[in-house]
Amino acid sequence: MGSATGEAAAHGAKPANRRGQGLTWVPAALAAAIFAALWPAIPTVAAGEVLRWGVAWVPSLGVNFSVLLDGLSLTFALLISGIGALVMLFAAKYMEGKYHSGRFALYLFLFMLAMLGLVLADNLLTLFVFWELTSITSYLLIGFGHADAKSRRSALQALLVTGMGGLALLAGFILIYTVVGSFDLAVVLASGDVLRDSPLYLPILILVLAGAFTKSAQFPLHFWLPNAMAAPTPVSAYLHSATMVKAGVFLLARLHPALAGTDVWLWSLTLFGGVTAVFASVMALRQTDLKQALAYTTLMALGTLVLFLADGTSAYAITGFMAFLVTHSLYKAALFLVVGTVDHGTGTRDARILGGLARAMPVTAFAAALAGLSMAGLPPFVGFIAKEVLYKGAGELPLGTIVTGFALASNALMFAVAGIVCLRPFWGRPRGETPVPPHEGPWQLLAGPIILSVLGLALGLMPWLKQQALVSPGVDAVLGRGGEARDLKLWAGVNLALVLSLATFALGLMLYAFHVVLRDGLNRLGARLPSLDAGWDRFLDGLKALAAWQTRILQSGRLVNYMAVTFATLLAGLGAALIATAPGPIMLEMPYLLVKEWGIALLVLAGTGVVVSTNSRITALAGLGVVGVGVALIFVTYGAPDVAITQLLVEVLVVVLVALAILKLPSLEPETGRRRWFDAALALGIGGAVTVIMLMVLDVPLDRRLSEYFEVTSWPEAFGRNIVNVILVDFRALDTFGEIAVVAVAGIAAFALLKTKIAPAKEDAR
Amino acid sequence: MKSVIVESGARFLVALLLVFSVYMLLRGHNLPGGGFIGGLVGAMGFVIQTIACGTESARKALRADPSNIAMAGLGIALLAGLFAALFGDALFTGQWLFIGATEESKGLPLSSVLVFDIGVYLVVMGAILTLVFALEEEA
Repeated sequence: MGSATGEAAAHGAKPANRRGQGLTWVPAALAAAIFAALWPAIPTVAAGEVLRWGVAWVPSLGVNFSVLLDGLSLTFALLISGIGALVMLFAAKYMEGKYHSGRFALYLFLFMLAMLGLVLADNLLTLFVFWELTSITSYLLIGFGHADAKSRRSALQALLVTGMGGLALLAGFILIYTVVGSFDLAVVLASGDVLRDSPLYLPILILVLAGAFTKSAQFPLHFWLPNAMAAPTPVSAYLHSATMVKAGVFLLARLHPALAGTDVWLWSLTLFGGVTAVFASVMALRQTDLKQALAYTTLMALGTLVLFLADGTSAYAITGFMAFLVTHSLYKAALFLVVGTVDHGTGTRDARILGGLARAMPVTAFAAALAGLSMAGLPPFVGFIAKEVLYKGAGELPLGTIVTGFALASNALMFAVAGIVCLRPFWGRPRGETPVPPHEGPWQLLAGPIILSVLGLALGLMPWLKQQALVSPGVDAVLGRGGEARDLKLWAGVNLALVLSLATFALGLMLYAFHVVLRDGLNRLGARLPSLDAGWDRFLDGLKALAAWQTRILQSGRLVNYMAVTFATLLAGLGAALIATAPGPIMLEMPYLLVKEWGIALLVLAGTGVVVSTNSRITALAGLGVVGVGVALIFVTYGAPDVAITQLLVEVLVVVLVALAILKLPSLEPETGRRRWFDAALALGIGGAVTVIMLMVLDVPLDRRLSEYFEVTSWPEAFGRNIVNVILVDFRALDTFGEIAVVAVAGIAAFALLKTKIAPAKEDAR
Repeated sequence: MKSVIVESGARFLVALLLVFSVYMLLRGHNLPGGGFIGGLVGAMGFVIQTIACGTESARKALRADPSNIAMAGLGIALLAGLFAALFGDALFTGQWLFIGATEESKGLPLSSVLVFDIGVYLVVMGAILTLVFALEEEA
């Protein structure tokens, strides 16, 4: 895994761009203002009220820009804006003087707005739009150090993985719409039974889970998240621990009333969540970079959150979900910021070097200790309470034994990782030389970790605050019914959960004691396992090879081949449609034709004969012109003067244009025998198919409703007697506008093509 | 390829074709014609000029660059369409003004529809001439 040297080097290489430098505090202030604005809603929502507000956005598609404020969205919104304010304050100092720090602050703020929009959306399509916006802003943030190839790769990988999930999600939402007939969450959430009974339930579930699992980095699509740690530390703290990666979890919780409660839901969430949790905590043990270790514990937390959403019948499990969600956001954001401060103060994040920092960085060490104890799940921190409730919930689940096993293993590993990240760097003796002599960070860096970790202790001592404000309303929202949230207690008596907790501590201590040995063993093992990250690269390479292959086949560069491919495709489509409709015998009477009509037919035939038999381009062109004139004559005979005039003029112009081009071309090379037969067959096939279709059209009575409408309304409404022209410039003027835009673009594109071709020749002449 | 006969014949033909193209454009609303056909006829006039006297002379006669003419036409058509918005109608709804209308006759009709058609005329002519000049000048 990546080197643990400071990011400062990567960003410091370029001269600092000072634009927007003085304004980097603005996003933090705005985020704090949003947090303050949301604060008064807590009592209202806690009282069980659901606040809704909205305006029509795209009314013709049923898309409303509407806001839904219930327990779940309020909890998320408070976390996003509150942690956002602290992270942006941190970022303003952390990025100070670095390359494009003003732009960085802007990206971070835009991301926060997208995330807020996502959690507050009351309409599936609005939610989707903001979902995609978080993907895009996170792409910009991960790739912020874009001079580094690794950053660029990570950013693209995250965008592609979450983008694929986003597309699946959109498809899922559209399927939901086809079942319940509305994109409004109120309707969707109330139609749980209809959705579950629908034959489309399984496709919907698979698509929605694909979206949620890619966004929340569930195994086996987890690999983008550790790579995304290429981003500056504030991004990791904000996007990849507290907010964006929780969007998938949020979606599952949001749609819980509508989709949960089936065996498929239960099994898929249990398996994906459980495997992710255990896999990630084992991987976390392996890391030497503090930030990477935290990244994998985030994966573990996401897996756990998914795991506990698997079954809605257990109120304990959902209470545990909400409690752990808040707890994890608090300590994980704090720890990422601590790592950022350590990086800032020492120039490295390598766990093998760092040690004894507590003397030089006492405040950071204090915050790290508080957050670490919460992460380890020790009393009296919130982490302990969350873990207790999780164990209780695990016991209640239908797959209780499996879930308890998953939870026990991952919690013990988490305990060990907490020791590695929060304890070892700060206590004991220094293990090696740090690039910079350790020094404490300024207050902007310390505010976030201190506030968040102290909050973790305070809420642990006073669990009822968190319960009333966030957890109970949240549980009501996830379950879609009120009053079932279980109590959060610091001391719940001696029960199974407490025993499991003690077992966790014992196991965790053991893992911590032997983690250096384990790390080496895991590294040896890991080197032998196939890497999903490398697999992703192979997948992309394969995709590119496929694209290159089909381009080679289809885009040969010879006009004749393009025409052949186009017409062969057309023929295949027409033929399939004809066979599918299986037309009966078409009974048509041969109409009586005058001499002039026979004459026109002969003219067209003669022109065609000239075209296929000549080797001279100019003769072929003249032949085609004869065919065109014949067609124009047919229009004249059957009373369509406008079409006839246009046809004639276009025909003449085409002859002139092509004649100009032909003067520069060599004479036609006769095709080889087999190719000529193929072309002849293709031409006859197309002609035959079109003829059959025309005869079929003639076989059914002509629907004259449209023609009659235009005949009747053309004069009184559009003051014109030439129906064709009135349609062009009035009834369907927008279409005409589109067409003339195409004409103009085509002219300019052809001009550009011709000019670029002669440019090198001109240079030679000079 | 210079020919005195073609050159002198072209002089009359070009003038006739240009006048005819405007005639086609203006009568289009009630009789066969319109901006599209008018634009094609107009382009044809300049094409004949090009063939007879070369692009230099055709460009001089045209005064403006043909791609600019096409873009201007697109802009005019768009403005004609947007014009309806001033009166609260849907975009591209025709707006009419009848000058000197009496009980019996409608007088001289002026409309945004005609302006739109002029835009079509200019786009068609400009785009074709862009192409023709580029092809001809390549030699």
